[in-house]
Amino acid sequence: MADEVILLDGYVSMFGMRVRVALAEKGIKYEYREEDMRNKSPLLLKMNPIHKKIPVLIHNGKPVCESLIIVQYIDEVWKDKAPLLPSDPYQRAQARFWADFIDKKLYDAGKKIWTTKGEEQEAANKEFIEVLKVLEGELGDKPYFMGERFGFLDIALITFYSWFHAYETLGNFSIEAECPKLISWAKRCLQKESVSKSLADQKKVYEFVVEMKKRLGVE
Amino acid sequence: MADEVVLLDFWPSLFGMRLRIALAEKGIKHEYKEEDLKNKSPLLLKSNPVHKKIPVLIHNGKPVSESLIALQYIDETWNDNAPLLPSDPYLRSQARFWAEFVDKKVADFGRKVCMTKGEEQEAAKNGLLDCIELLEGELGEKPYFGGETLGFVDVTLVPSYGWLSVYEKFGNFSIEAEHPVFIAWGKRCMQKKSVSKSLPDQQKLYDFVVQFMEKA
Repeated sequence: MADEVILLDGYVSMFGMRVRVALAEKGIKYEYREEDMRNKSPLLLKMNPIHKKIPVLIHNGKPVCESLIIVQYIDEVWKDKAPLLPSDPYQRAQARFWADFIDKKLYDAGKKIWTTKGEEQEAANKEFIEVLKVLEGELGDKPYFMGERFGFLDIALITFYSWFHAYETLGNFSIEAECPKLISWAKRCLQKESVSKSLADQKKVYEFVVEMKKRLGVE
Repeated sequence: MADEVVLLDFWPSLFGMRLRIALAEKGIKHEYKEEDLKNKSPLLLKSNPVHKKIPVLIHNGKPVSESLIALQYIDETWNDNAPLLPSDPYLRSQARFWAEFVDKKVADFGRKVCMTKGEEQEAAKNGLLDCIELLEGELGEKPYFGGETLGFVDVTLVPSYGWLSVYEKFGNFSIEAEHPVFIAWGKRCMQKKSVSKSLPDQQKLYDFVVQFMEKA
């Protein structure tokens, strides 16, 4: 019996990209459906009535919402290939902790960069870099966050890389200058097809953010 | 080799209560250390340097922070009794979804009901009632969110039930009137020793908030 897997997503969403990377890592065939956030499909509203957000993974008709929960679901169902979370409970707790840290801090810090100007924006740039520096510290000298193998925590963070060009251009600062180790790590991840094929094109992300700025009136 | 388990906690914290319940459910011997949040211990600052918050579970010297993450760690490490998460991946994803919903919304609305007034308080009261309604829908006819036994969502949510009469007093409204199913679930949980021993007396919680706000 073939699995039916559908992903409701938004091309530029760093949260949606996490699911794309996980599906690619596991070699799972699926149908990708692009959602228009200003005109959400009946399917999306039915499958995620609580938050009405993407990404939503629909597996044999049953929806799973929230990107990190989806990635863990994928890891548990398709468990014979490319394990994403480590098997040791303490290491798993650490991976979840840092993924939670990224969710709590990075998106909002990044958003402040493109929704502010002048001094406020400079403060936003600083805050964003501080968060990245903490993560860079956690990476240390390891090739990937949990060691030798690409996994859950790398997936949680790498998708933000597609937004770096937009943050840097609009914030007028260089992430590589401040966090060179993190950029090396990102380039290492991008050598994986599952990552390079899943991340949105950074120019398209930039154009999207510029459009959002106009719409929100934050130019 | 005996396990050394330490819980850094603060008695009114509904996040800390979650871990107390889980440790009790699993029968895990541990040392409870009360933190003074205005004077955080070196151990807390060393164990949770990123957020500097409680609860922190320290197992054989290694710290785990964030209550839902620590709950999963407890469940995976002491996995031979009282499972909190189901074994089916889909049901696990649903349990994680609802626990996260509770974590993000219920605690925050509850805090705002106590700490705000006027329109902000009204919005928080309505938000809390909406959450409870959604949770009642998820519970359905089951005795617990976990089915026949206490599960991940029950452990995550029941401390908020433990704060309910405090929210009702500050918000001057009755949750019981509108949501008898939720109340029945809460009372059912309270019949379990692991829960009733882990939740402080509601009058003490109320007095704590009053004092806290007077000092603010």
